Amino acid sequence: MDDFEITNPMYTNRIKKILEENYRIKSIEIEHDMIEAEPGQFLMVWIPGLGERPMSIANNRPLTISVANVGTVSGELHKLKQGEQISYRGPLGRPFDLGLQYKTELKCKTTQCVSTENSKFENKCDCCCGIDEASKQESGHPKLGTGNPKHILTIGGGYGVVPMYFLCKTAREHGIDAYAIIGGRCEKDVVYEKHLFVVCKEVFVTTDDGSRGKKGTVMAEFEWLIKEKKFDWVYTCGPEKMMKAIAEKCVELKIPCQVSLERHMKCGTGVCGSCAINGMLTCKDGPVFDAEQVLKFSEFGKVSRDGCGNRKEM
Amino acid sequence: MIDISTEFFGKKIKNPLILASGVLGVTRGTLESVCEHGCGAVTTKSLSLEPKKGHEGPNIVETECGLLNAMGYPNPGIDTGLQELNGWKMDDALIISIVGKDAKEFGQLAAKIELAKKELGASAVEAVISCPHTPGYGMMAGQGTCGSITEITNAIKENTKLPLIMKLSPSVPGEVAAAKAAEQAGADAINMGNSLGPGMKIDINRKSRLPGFGMGGLSGPAIKPIAIRCVYFISEAIGIPVIGTGGVNSGADAIEMMMAGANYVGVGTSVYYRGIGAFGEISNEISDWMKMNGYAKLKDIVGAAHSKK
Repeated sequence: MDDFEITNPMYTNRIKKILEENYRIKSIEIEHDMIEAEPGQFLMVWIPGLGERPMSIANNRPLTISVANVGTVSGELHKLKQGEQISYRGPLGRPFDLGLQYKTELKCKTTQCVSTENSKFENKCDCCCGIDEASKQESGHPKLGTGNPKHILTIGGGYGVVPMYFLCKTAREHGIDAYAIIGGRCEKDVVYEKHLFVVCKEVFVTTDDGSRGKKGTVMAEFEWLIKEKKFDWVYTCGPEKMMKAIAEKCVELKIPCQVSLERHMKCGTGVCGSCAINGMLTCKDGPVFDAEQVLKFSEFGKVSRDGCGNRKEM
Repeated sequence: MIDISTEFFGKKIKNPLILASGVLGVTRGTLESVCEHGCGAVTTKSLSLEPKKGHEGPNIVETECGLLNAMGYPNPGIDTGLQELNGWKMDDALIISIVGKDAKEFGQLAAKIELAKKELGASAVEAVISCPHTPGYGMMAGQGTCGSITEITNAIKENTKLPLIMKLSPSVPGEVAAAKAAEQAGADAINMGNSLGPGMKIDINRKSRLPGFGMGGLSGPAIKPIAIRCVYFISEAIGIPVIGTGGVNSGADAIEMMMAGANYVGVGTSVYYRGIGAFGEISNEISDWMKMNGYAKLKDIVGAAHSKK
């Protein structure tokens, strides 16, 4: 009866706990212990009768999403109370690569596995540039850089901090030292600082007006820190122009870097094509992409699309 | 490797596989990527006169036997859509899918394509009259009747010289009469067909209907036998080429569709099960099967089931 199994079921579980992170962000912990979520992945969260939206996963145990109250579906999510039901599909999408032993999948199903201009770069999966048999046996998954990282740097802008927390927590569980730079417009926009403090070696906070941490942007802090310390890998999630600047700097310094993109998603499973960026799908090939890869996308940092598919300049 | 290239309205395409409309067809980048992954021809997401946001999600839900989808034709509108596609340079054929509320709208859409034809590089226009889940369009607007098909086909043919594919529904009885009506009105090919239904799923935990629209078209393995039957009888009744679409997920499925009488094979939901690599894989499976079974040409397969009872 294996053929009749549903691979992407709609889960419904109870809300374990709700935490108010700031004036407009709530974290929702869900009673779902057996889920295998990895940092960078997302859930498609459904409010019956209203709609479904992608929400990045903030933690796996307990399964947690952080929701900014910015629209109809997120507004309804903010009204939910402890003990009530929440429905979602997932985890979906390509996670951040921490050099850990990911599930062996010898044949990569992402759209990057073909020799197109967009995918001719090194250290990709076996189908595009033929990594040798030995390393294929070892991981089977595209590897970022070589060897295991000892020190990683994460940069989160705005709500981009949310997946960074899950990443830093996972890094710590595997003996990797994580450093975090987080930024917001002002003090009330800085989220997850306390959570990060628990799992990171150091946390650097910046605000535009200096009301919390250093006055300035995460970019200034990043440029300083990347000179100050040696980092094996860098990860970032936040405004795309910020990620682009970080990706460019990392490529220049030859430090492996991954970014997490956001596009208008509908199906979340690589079918409808709404979340395309230069022929790649944010929901399936991403949301996490390698810096070298995204820098080749003409739309990266420049163009996104609305629900109709109209191009919008950033 | 056996050559399975074929001709599609004057263009040589590497295989008979056609990306079905609605799957991965929003942007030029994804359409090109589908071609690079081994598809012979690609169909755009359906374009309407005005931009459409589409239905609220979930837009696609999985069932035990296929997908239920209710996208609701999200698209930027024909003007922006044609700009996005302008100057198609791939070796693989491009089909522009259009969707209108009535014959008049279809005619207007066709006229816009005719104007842009030179720069566009498209091989054909496909008119969808068979969507089972969008109010004002397709089945929900009664476009499946012979009278309506004749009217819409005429309106499009009057406004563009590009070859016209009429995309019919497997859900309404009388598919043979529908296909004949389209052929008589001047359609150049029939695509049989769209998703089946509409179907409905109830999420028992939430006592709520899925997909978000409340119902949706069923696609995938469950609908293949119905598509095969429709293609079989249509291909027997008409003289224009048939695109067989519905539940094809492997080379064997594609062979079956062609033996039923399809000249080309639509692939859509397979992307869900096999990823974008589905096209190249199915293409290879077709030629492998032909080699193993002693077939040298696609011609020997198309309609092969018709000589036997």
